[in-house]
Amino acid sequence: MKKRSRHPGSALLRLAVHAAAGTTVLVLGFLVGYILVRGVPNLRPALFAPTYTSENQSMLPAIVNTCTMTLCALLLAVPVGIGASVYMVEYAGRGSRIVRLVRTTTETLSGIPSIVYGLFGMLLFNNAMGFGYSLIAGALTLSIMILPLIMRTTEEALLSVPDLYREGSFGLGAGKLRTVFAIVLPTALPGILSGVILAIGRIVGETAALMYTSGTVAKIAGLSDSGITLALHMYKQASEGLYIEEAYATSVVLLVLVLLINFASGRVAARIGGKRG
Amino acid sequence: MTTKFSVQHMDLHYGAFHALKDVNLNIRAHEITAFIGPSGCGKSTLLRSLNRMNDLVEDCRITGDIRLDGEDIYAPGTDVNMLRKRVGMVFQKPNPFPMSVYDNVAYGPRTHGVKKRAALDAIVEKSLRDAAIWDEVKDRLHRSALGLSGGQQQRLCIARALAAQPEVILMDEPTSALDPISTGRIEDLAMELKRDYTIVMVTHNMQQATRVSDSTVFFLLGEIIESGKTEAIFSRPQDKRTEAYITGRFG
Repeated sequence: MKKRSRHPGSALLRLAVHAAAGTTVLVLGFLVGYILVRGVPNLRPALFAPTYTSENQSMLPAIVNTCTMTLCALLLAVPVGIGASVYMVEYAGRGSRIVRLVRTTTETLSGIPSIVYGLFGMLLFNNAMGFGYSLIAGALTLSIMILPLIMRTTEEALLSVPDLYREGSFGLGAGKLRTVFAIVLPTALPGILSGVILAIGRIVGETAALMYTSGTVAKIAGLSDSGITLALHMYKQASEGLYIEEAYATSVVLLVLVLLINFASGRVAARIGGKRG
Repeated sequence: MTTKFSVQHMDLHYGAFHALKDVNLNIRAHEITAFIGPSGCGKSTLLRSLNRMNDLVEDCRITGDIRLDGEDIYAPGTDVNMLRKRVGMVFQKPNPFPMSVYDNVAYGPRTHGVKKRAALDAIVEKSLRDAAIWDEVKDRLHRSALGLSGGQQQRLCIARALAAQPEVILMDEPTSALDPISTGRIEDLAMELKRDYTIVMVTHNMQQATRVSDSTVFFLLGEIIESGKTEAIFSRPQDKRTEAYITGRFG
C-alpha cells in the first residue's frame, strides 16, 4: 500500500504535541518520584506519635486537624454552595440579572489569592467576631474560599441535566421541589461530587489562608482551639530550615492523603452513578 | 360522546409573537384527536396549553378559556400538579429518567402519595402491561431504563404516564424519533388506550393521522383552519388550504 504523502509541517506538529503531552507526564512523574525518594526513607513510626515535640516532629496532630478542618469547611460550604446553585439554575429565571451578578461575583472571588482570604478571615472571624486562632475560624475562611468553586461546578452540573427530565417530571404532576430533589440533583450528583473533590484538594493543600486564622499550634485541636494542618505543618518545617527531612516525610503523607481522597471520591461517584445510570 | 376539553377564543403570545389566534375547539372523550399542520403552526403549543406546560416558558401569555370537564384550567387557584396528573404527557423524544425501569413507572404514583410496596408493584405491573412492554422488561425492572431501545423507552414513557392514572394523554409527535416497527407498536397501543383514555396526538405524519385518529384538527400559522372527523377531513376537505396540505402540496 502506498504511504500517504504528508505535509512536512504535520510531522513537526505531531512531534510537538507528543512532546507536550510527554512533558506533563514527565513533570508529574519527576515530582512524585522525587518526593517519594526523599520522603519515604524519612518516614519513621515516631513521626506518627500522639504528641508533637521540637525533638520529634510528629505529624499526627496535623493529620487529625486536617481531617477536622476539611469536614468543617465542607459542612459549611457545600450546603450553601449547592443551595445557591439550585436557586440560580432552577428558581431564578434563566439569564436573570441576579444570576449574572452572582456569577460575576463568584468568578471574581475564585480569582482572589488565598492569602487575601487569610487576612480577611483573620480580621473578621479571629478579631471582629472574637474566635481567635481556632479551627472554626480557619474552616469559616476556607468555606468562603471554596464556595465559588462548589457553586461553579454545581451550576455546570445542574445545567447539564437535560430539560427533558424536568419536563417529564412536571408532566407527571410533580412540583418544583420534587423535581429538583428526585430528578435534577441526583442526576447532577457526579458533577457536584467532582466539585467537592476539587474543594477537598484545595482545603488539604491550603496554607496561606490558615496561617493567620487557625494558627500553627501542633496539637490535636477542638473547634475553638488553634491547630495546625498538614500543609502548614510542612511549610513550617521547611521554612524553619531545621526539619527538611521531616518536611519531605510530611509531603509524602500529604500526597498519599490527597490521592486517597481522590480515589475514594471517584469510587463513591462511580457507585452512585452506577446505581442510577 | 362527551366533550373532554373545550377551548374557546383562546389566544397565546410568546413575548411579541402571536402564536395561537382565536382557537375554538372541542376534544371528545375516548377518541384520538390528531393535530396536523406544518412546523411552527402552533399545534404543539396548543397541546402544551392543555396541561399548562407552557407555564414553564417565560413570556408566554394565554387569554381565553380552556375547560377540562367544564372546569377552567387557567382559573386562579387551579392545582397545576393535579391538572398534570389528570392530563399526562408523552414527549417527542423518549425521556425516561436515569433510574431503574421500576422507579420510572413508580415516579408518578409516588409523587401522588402511593407509598406501599405492594400497591406500587401492582401499579407498575399494570401500567407496563397496558403499555405493551411488560414482557420485554419484566426481568430487568431494577436495571436502568437508559439501556432500553428507543421504541421501548417511548413505551416505558407511556407506561410512566399511565401509572399516574390520568384521564387524558397528550402525545407530542410520539413516534418521530422511532423506526417504523416501533412506530406501528405505539400506534396500535394508542388505539388500545383510547377505550380508557382520551388521547390528543400531534403528528407530522398524515398517514399516521388517518391510521389512528378519529378526529383531526388542521393548523396553519397559529390558526385552526379546519377540524372534524378524520375521514371527512381527508376525503372531503372544506378548505382549499387543508386540501393543499393533505395532498402534499406544501408542508
